Amino acid sequence: MERSEVLKQFKPDHENMLNILHALQNNNSQNYLSEEDLKIAASYLNTTYSHIYGVATYYTMFSLKPRGKYIIRVCNSPVCNMENSTKVIEEIKKNLSIEVGETTDDMRFTLELSECLGKCEEAPGMMINEDVVGNLDNVDFKSIFDNYN
Amino acid sequence: MIQEKRITLKNLGKINPESIDDYINEGGYKAFEKAVGLHHIEIIDEMVKSSLRGRGGAGFSAGLKEKFTSEACLRCEQKYLICNADEGEPGTFKDRIIMENDPHLMLEGMLIAAYAIGASKAYVYIRGEYYKSIDRINKAISAAKEKGIIGKNVFGSAFSVDVEIKLGAGSYLCGEELTLLESLEGKRGYPRIKPPFPAEKGLNGKPTLINNVETLATIPAIIYNGPEWYTSLGTEDSPGTKIFTISGDINNPGYFEVEMGVTLRQLIYELGGGIKDGKKFYAAILGGAAGTFVNESVLDTPMGFDTLKEKGAVLGSGAIMVMSEGRSLFDITNSILEFFKHESCGKCVPCRIGMPQLLHIMENLKNNKIGRVEALDLLLYESEFMAKSSLCPLGQSPILPIKSLKQYFENEF
Repeated sequence: MERSEVLKQFKPDHENMLNILHALQNNNSQNYLSEEDLKIAASYLNTTYSHIYGVATYYTMFSLKPRGKYIIRVCNSPVCNMENSTKVIEEIKKNLSIEVGETTDDMRFTLELSECLGKCEEAPGMMINEDVVGNLDNVDFKSIFDNYN
Repeated sequence: MIQEKRITLKNLGKINPESIDDYINEGGYKAFEKAVGLHHIEIIDEMVKSSLRGRGGAGFSAGLKEKFTSEACLRCEQKYLICNADEGEPGTFKDRIIMENDPHLMLEGMLIAAYAIGASKAYVYIRGEYYKSIDRINKAISAAKEKGIIGKNVFGSAFSVDVEIKLGAGSYLCGEELTLLESLEGKRGYPRIKPPFPAEKGLNGKPTLINNVETLATIPAIIYNGPEWYTSLGTEDSPGTKIFTISGDINNPGYFEVEMGVTLRQLIYELGGGIKDGKKFYAAILGGAAGTFVNESVLDTPMGFDTLKEKGAVLGSGAIMVMSEGRSLFDITNSILEFFKHESCGKCVPCRIGMPQLLHIMENLKNNKIGRVEALDLLLYESEFMAKSSLCPLGQSPILPIKSLKQYFENEF
């Protein structure tokens, strides 16, 4: 979708800032906010580029560099940590051959850490884009990742 | 055997959360209809009488908060009602359960609160990662608009209201109400100095009421059944019910809505099915990361805001993380402090510098550079200083787990 089409869904109020940044990021095929995205948001909201840049860099869900098609967010909060999320992170790193914050060469997966995802009853947990996956102790990560092409 | 008493979860599993008709068939929106037929002061009186205390963790009187916002000005051009759905306290997932299973109940609570304070604009500020909740609430808002339950002159009254959803984007701190306002105004999530409180100057400088999802989801039942019914539940200082979310070394981790006054022992052994692998109870953290450690001496204390306070503990969001024997208090404390360090926004120097400092002390303890007693005293000294000199609850949080460690586990940490 054209950026102007995305913006049209929102009134140009600062109250819509985060909604707009989410929408622009979702519309970006590489799952990030490009300089062009930030510039057009700044002009639409009648504010400075530096303001938007400051906001975009504060929130962990926004990225200023290209990311994979699927973003894996592994919960590393105290409950999941207690249930061995550290091991989960290590296994995913090994499985995808990337470090936290990196993207696979085929641009399929980006690995990130997240604070409590509210899935504590099935700790350790993670999200793959919008899907929540729990009980990650003793799962075969390859077979999970194979479902995301 | 203790039984659940469901108020905010009453429709869970009984209705299709995406069907407004299902909700209406279960008596939904009757409380809102009743509310708009009453004077707004009557609603606030009922709420004050119910003694409902905010379920986000702070436990402030929901009725008084409404009263202050309502009285902030007589002829304001604009007041706001905000539903704080930025759930992020580790171990807490009660709001998600409400939003995924009964979004209309939360919405009805919002509409009643908006009417009570005279707000024509209401927002749901929700965690960006809660995709399913976002979807459910969006659908609920659209359905309520179609039925004219949100809109102009609802139920033939003079009251008009609009509800919109606003997404967070991954910041624990934005769950704090003043920081939430900054975020909602399109800024970085830095805390504000208070006073002024949101009731006076909130969103865009206008009087604003901010309530947690669970608080709002309780309102319809109070308005429909009356405050006497509500105060007959729970305890004197903490009436009503509360959703507890139990995780960790427990056989049936999950959520349980029970009357206040239930004990930790009942929650763990009767509802939670006991400790995993037949082990012994060792410790629990009540209230999340910004919560307190307790040992078995608290197992029979009735759960309530004041009863726990007397024990040096907090009820907080209702999160309970259970640890069985053999668990390392050092590891979990380290994880909690790592969490705070990551979420510290950097505005207040004592918090920005203090968080790494706390972890540095932990590292020195791990490497045997300092002893346990010395480490705990240093942590306490540092976190007390942070609590006194930081603006927002984040910098004021590490003192909670650390102080409780000193109280309950001084010899085992």
